[in-house]
Amino acid sequence: MILEIGNIFINDVQFGSETKVDGNVLYVNAEEIRAIVLEDERIKDVAIELARPRESKRITPVKDVIEPRVKVSGNGSIFPGVIGKVDTVGTGRTHVLKGAAIVTCGKIVGFQEGIIDMKGPGADYTPFSKLNNVCMVIEPQDGLNQYGYEAAVRMAGLKIANYIGQVAKDMSPDEILVFETKPLLEQLNEYPNLPKVGYVYMLQTQGLLHDTYVYGVDAKKIVPTILYPTEIMDGAIISGNCVSACDKNTTYHHLNNPIIQNLYNRHGKDINFMGVIITNENVYLADKERSSNFTAKLAEFLGLDGVIISQEGFGNPDTDLIMNCKKIEEKGINSVIVTDEYAGRDGLSQSLADADTLANAVVTGGNANELIFLPPMDQIIGTDAYINKIAGGFDGSLHQDGSIKVEIQAITGATNELGFNKLTAKSL
Amino acid sequence: MAYKVIHYINQFFANIGGEEMAHVTPEMREGAVGPGLGLNKEFKGEAEIVATVICGDSYFNENVEEATKTIINLMKKYEADLFIAGPAFNAGRYGTACGTISKLVQDKLNIPVVTGMYIENPGADMFKKEVYIIETANAATGMRKALPKMAKLALKLAKGEEILDYKTEGYILRGIRKNYFADKIGAERAVDMLIKKLKGEDFQTEYPMPEFDRVAPGAAIKDLSKARIALVTSGGIVPIGNPDHVESSSASKYGIYDINKVNNLTGRDYETAHGGYDPVYANEEPDRVLPLDVLRDFEKEGMIGSIHPYFYSTVGNGTAVRSAKVFSEEIADKLIQDDVDAVILTST
Repeated sequence: MILEIGNIFINDVQFGSETKVDGNVLYVNAEEIRAIVLEDERIKDVAIELARPRESKRITPVKDVIEPRVKVSGNGSIFPGVIGKVDTVGTGRTHVLKGAAIVTCGKIVGFQEGIIDMKGPGADYTPFSKLNNVCMVIEPQDGLNQYGYEAAVRMAGLKIANYIGQVAKDMSPDEILVFETKPLLEQLNEYPNLPKVGYVYMLQTQGLLHDTYVYGVDAKKIVPTILYPTEIMDGAIISGNCVSACDKNTTYHHLNNPIIQNLYNRHGKDINFMGVIITNENVYLADKERSSNFTAKLAEFLGLDGVIISQEGFGNPDTDLIMNCKKIEEKGINSVIVTDEYAGRDGLSQSLADADTLANAVVTGGNANELIFLPPMDQIIGTDAYINKIAGGFDGSLHQDGSIKVEIQAITGATNELGFNKLTAKSL
Repeated sequence: MAYKVIHYINQFFANIGGEEMAHVTPEMREGAVGPGLGLNKEFKGEAEIVATVICGDSYFNENVEEATKTIINLMKKYEADLFIAGPAFNAGRYGTACGTISKLVQDKLNIPVVTGMYIENPGADMFKKEVYIIETANAATGMRKALPKMAKLALKLAKGEEILDYKTEGYILRGIRKNYFADKIGAERAVDMLIKKLKGEDFQTEYPMPEFDRVAPGAAIKDLSKARIALVTSGGIVPIGNPDHVESSSASKYGIYDINKVNNLTGRDYETAHGGYDPVYANEEPDRVLPLDVLRDFEKEGMIGSIHPYFYSTVGNGTAVRSAKVFSEEIADKLIQDDVDAVILTST
């Protein structure tokens, strides 16, 4: 599969009478967006707000972040099996509004949505403070349960990302990046002397609002399987979960998976990047055993010499992470795991709920329990009424002047386990 | 003006005597004694030992509460700026005493503390998170190397200077996790690390895994009706009054209690010493933590052969893994000597 990613750089976002890109500025028609969102009868109302880098704005409670993309050529369309038909994606040309994002907000669970500060110390911890965001604060119909609400918000975000992405279809991109992964044997023969490397991509599937979808399938119900890396760039994997904001993979993270990017960067030079094994993080022991058996078996079957394993979430999924690592290492395949830590506010506790000496190469996204002070912002997009209850917040987190003291756990994407950020931790 | 330092040493380093004098009670002497003379030299006039506390290792460890209270009281009038204990090298009870008193001084008198010991000294594992422990050799021959590091770190703490990483300063890794922004994103670091690992080059993990000592369960007992079963718990069940003073947290010992003539652990005779859970239900009916009543029924019914006449009990709350390992090895040895076939281990 060969996929060309055509990036159109977006430096600003403005409301306009027409949704379009002009001179690297994205204009959005709020009325059209509202009309599309309100087609879903589960949604009572939606407020559309814009948030740009360095503006004194706080977005919360954040549910998902999505990058607008469009298929220009090649099979299928963006978000296959969810927005588009369930065609196999990952070939041809895809255009991206690079620097723009859709942010969905709403109090779904209350303690499992996050904070994005567009300026100040909090902005350093979230990648989304660097983007030009179209924020949608979505209000459900009275009596809609939280499962219905989550589904409605998820679909609204994807629909609007698709709608805005369409404007890029006929544009000429500012840069074109080419990614190619060949069928297994051809790929093997292309660089026969380089170590064969794969990526084990763990998806959050604990259930009860902790779900991820692959081509529209709830990933709880899959057995681990193989994808071409470019399929993921076209939206084959989307987020449908409400977990701690810091280490959940938003749809934006999936589309821009930095492990895939960095494996491609070294592809043909230091390694032969063979493909992606996706797996889940179910709560039943039998599922954990089966899935980790499969990842190890597939890694062996592909003849891999090394893998990177990434996690999503913490606690219970730590056991999946360690099982995957251990079983893959026991096959004689080298691994590096990417995780984050819950070492307590003082950094004194053991960081993971599970450990194994075979996990001897760990990359960490930092200690999610570390406290941060967030000064007040001029504007709240959404509401800060849930700050004290948010995961990472506590009674007294929100101060009268609007400033906040929380664990960085509450900041969307702060300790991402795809290695999206520079944040990490060391032992003193 | 030089910082005022109080130094803690044991009977051996005060030249009072060895094991035979380990019972001596705390004593305060003006000025430096023994290794303190060396520390004073290293301070180069920036600090000075104003007094030395001397205590026997046995006395300290057997009378922790009394010993620490006395020492803290003796110290008060000096209004010291710094506290240094040891170095204890690989002396276990001395190390535990240095760690205990250092932590207490840090908490109660609110002044910086530094101690020193060998990395395998049980005191190191117990206190490395709470206090700075300079890593030393395993014997007193390492004194000359230890003192400059202890003095240097102590002066930095007194001055409020930034303490650098453990390798630079020479302290035992405390394991405090601290966030910082690296030069590269995590994904790039992960790919770099994997390539190094594939090439067999050195790489540095960002989180060294704690090593869990996982023990495979023993083989199943074929005939329970002949088996001698023992009860062991980390749930803190002890006779009323906790005669061995097993600590409510971070236990330094375990107790052995005779249940030869006991059919049932009642709240009248037993209680829990554990400080980590709601004790109400355990104190009402200690059998809930250590099920002697049910086991006696099984014994009567002939389902099991017999119950070992002693139970072993400690507190698992905040107890260092290294301490727990020592307890379990000793307990296992005793159980094997007493022909015990199986153990019911209860936790809380």
